[in-house]
Amino acid sequence: MTASCALQPVIVGAGPAGVRAAEALVAHGLRPVVIDEASRAGGQIYRRPPASLAQRSAQALYGFEARRADAVHAAFDALRERIDYRPDSLVWNAHGGRLDVLHGPTRSTSGVPYGQLIVATGATDRVLPVPGWTLPGVYTLGGAQVALKFQGCAIGQRVVFMGTGPLLYLVAYQYAKAGAKVAAVLDTARLADQLAATPAMLRQPAVFAKGVYYVAWLRAHGVALHSGVRPSRVLGDATESRVDGVAWHDGREERTLACDAVGFGYALRSETQLADLLGCRFEFAPLHRAHLPVRDAAGRSSVEGVYLAGDGAGIMGADAAEWAGERAALALLADHGVAVDTARAETLERKLHKLGGFRQGLERAFPVPSDWAAHAPDELVVCRCENITAGTLRQTVSVNGADEMNRLKALSRVGMGRCQGRMCGVAAAEILAHATGLPLQQVGRLRGQAPIKPIPIQLAACEPAGDAGA
Amino acid sequence: MSSIKTLRTDVAIVGGGIVGSSAALALRQMGIGVALLERDLCGSRSSGVNFGGVRRQGRPLSQLPLAQRAHRIWGRLPSLIGTDGEYLRSGHFKIARSESDMASLERYRSQSLDFDLGLELISDARLRERCPWLGARAVGGSLCVEDGQANPRLVSPAFALAAQRAGAQVFERHAVDEVAHDGAMFMLRSGNALEVHAPVLLNCAGAWSGPIATRFDEPVPLRSGNPVMVVTEPMPHFMDWSLGVEGGGIYGRQVARGNLVLGGGAGIAVDADRTRAGSDAIATLAAQAIELLPALRHAHFIRTWSGTEGYLPDRQPVLGPSRTTPGLFHGFGFSGAGFQIGPAAGEVLAELVRDGRSSTPIGAFSIERFFAEEPTTPTPP
Repeated sequence: MTASCALQPVIVGAGPAGVRAAEALVAHGLRPVVIDEASRAGGQIYRRPPASLAQRSAQALYGFEARRADAVHAAFDALRERIDYRPDSLVWNAHGGRLDVLHGPTRSTSGVPYGQLIVATGATDRVLPVPGWTLPGVYTLGGAQVALKFQGCAIGQRVVFMGTGPLLYLVAYQYAKAGAKVAAVLDTARLADQLAATPAMLRQPAVFAKGVYYVAWLRAHGVALHSGVRPSRVLGDATESRVDGVAWHDGREERTLACDAVGFGYALRSETQLADLLGCRFEFAPLHRAHLPVRDAAGRSSVEGVYLAGDGAGIMGADAAEWAGERAALALLADHGVAVDTARAETLERKLHKLGGFRQGLERAFPVPSDWAAHAPDELVVCRCENITAGTLRQTVSVNGADEMNRLKALSRVGMGRCQGRMCGVAAAEILAHATGLPLQQVGRLRGQAPIKPIPIQLAACEPAGDAGA
Repeated sequence: MSSIKTLRTDVAIVGGGIVGSSAALALRQMGIGVALLERDLCGSRSSGVNFGGVRRQGRPLSQLPLAQRAHRIWGRLPSLIGTDGEYLRSGHFKIARSESDMASLERYRSQSLDFDLGLELISDARLRERCPWLGARAVGGSLCVEDGQANPRLVSPAFALAAQRAGAQVFERHAVDEVAHDGAMFMLRSGNALEVHAPVLLNCAGAWSGPIATRFDEPVPLRSGNPVMVVTEPMPHFMDWSLGVEGGGIYGRQVARGNLVLGGGAGIAVDADRTRAGSDAIATLAAQAIELLPALRHAHFIRTWSGTEGYLPDRQPVLGPSRTTPGLFHGFGFSGAGFQIGPAAGEVLAELVRDGRSSTPIGAFSIERFFAEEPTTPTPP
């Protein structure tokens, strides 16, 4: 095991991928550094409430996912003493074998050197805005779920969920189970899409069955489910200070419904900023409608020593994240001369490969509305940090000839605000592609820049302390 | 197989930065035919990602005639390029942090009196009264009330667009792979896509100008520099002036939207084309920013970037005719200070093409200066 003695890999992210990667490394005698932005491990999907809150059961928090959540949490708890765990820590930059890390509670910065790195940065909601989405009371589906899981509260008394994707029904179900009034679920996908996708979805019968169950449960509990809708806008009260309702088009006419909060989203998008700063090569992935860091079947990126696992390199879901995390760790070990169970590695790759077909099915069942950009009105705010509208973006194309994302950003300010395009980039790219008539892949992607998330100047001013641990 | 497009024109320009683009515009206004080749997008490199300072104050005296000419161009920007590019004559204040800094600012003021920059020295109580937001280390400074700032992301591409509207043929995403000269005509080839033939060639390729100069036996010690820029979240507006510091280090300005744009230090060249702001440089800049503007203590950095600028050892550009090849003119190496004088450099290049001479003195920028001494071997870029 001489090779492993010198190895102290760093894992960024303690969701399902990061935890399983850490577990595999520990099993081979290593003590990885695990850096996570959250205060407790689990990632977004298995997010745990703060230790100070009254603990609800895993069943209450995660429903069908309780067993998986428990398993990931238990795996992590068992590792706790055998890893160098850095919670509440934001990796905000990376260069030359060093991660720049901001530690929230102590408000300190450090430089964490790495020789090998497993990037498991997860995902956020894919946001395609609708007029009125900047009203207080409008959340992403993921945000609505976090409120419930982490803070134990609902985003409103009477909530509408809209958009598309598996999360749509899951969150609606979780809200209804928790006692919130779910006024309606508005799905932009058509029933026909879902039927057509059924054969592919049946490749993961258990997952498919869960989806069917949520829909049936919601229906049985009187929740109005509408499919094939086109959201028109979120309605505000007279002062525009809170949500009053939603309006949508059902194919024949515009309909409205009163509510005081809206959760919306169109499945997920990968958090790829760190991979970008690390210099990983990106390619357009049609299935994900996004430029993603390239990884081989084992999780190796294009950069030596950098491995990618989980939703941060393409949305494959929590189960796949666990397998990919373990697989990436085995690849890292093997690449450094540590003997690993190759049969296990092959099994993991096979499982991941098999999931590909199911993912295709999901995409067919819940397609991103291809006419979103065409219907986005000029006055729609696309970039809420900088208040940039769809009309401004279109004008930047027609007047200035912008045909590429970074040019669009430079000329219009889209993506220049606090989110750095993490939230608005998807929508801006759709508008740009539509306005130029170019395929989405050709308009490119925003270049990653440090900081990945805003950093306090006062902390940035601290000379990053060298890191003793790694 | 698509056949290569061949084009004949009066002037070929390499580089769509602010110098090449403004030269293209000026040439078109003289009725001269232009083809401009830019390997990326016009104004997307240093011309578009620099700090955005539009200042004459602090420049070497030899640059002031050019800077004054540029000052007049900036004053009519909207009519020239169809946008104000967020250009504001907001004032530029150069800060002194010691009595000797102050003395050197006074010296500059007296030396530059002929150019009528209108410099005003401010110190002591008047300083605190005029700028209560300034950190305690500042003891005074020199204000140039008509200097200012602009948004380089908007200005530089707008020059190229204006040139195009005026009839210049602008080829973006056309890297120049080959330059030849048969004694009368230059030939520029971009891949298998384009060949441009012209009797005149302008070398305006910024930090990438070295190879063209070398191609015509004029190797100059051009090196690349990577300035670091950071921007804060928007803050309540408190500062009109664009700031610099005597002796260098940090510079800053607050844009209309409220963000502070700050620059200083050196970034990292990831490869020949890509640059980054490193965390050490960000740390230094952050510490200096808080010292300069204590209000920033509780703000956040939301974005950082760098770029690639061409520097010459004496920090003066090369602007003027080639010493070896008739019809070749250089305009590069502005050493981190090309944004303000870029449009004037473009006009000068156009004059050189049309008249063979410039109405603004440019002797200090001649490429001859690298070859005047004994024939040592200059470091090729």
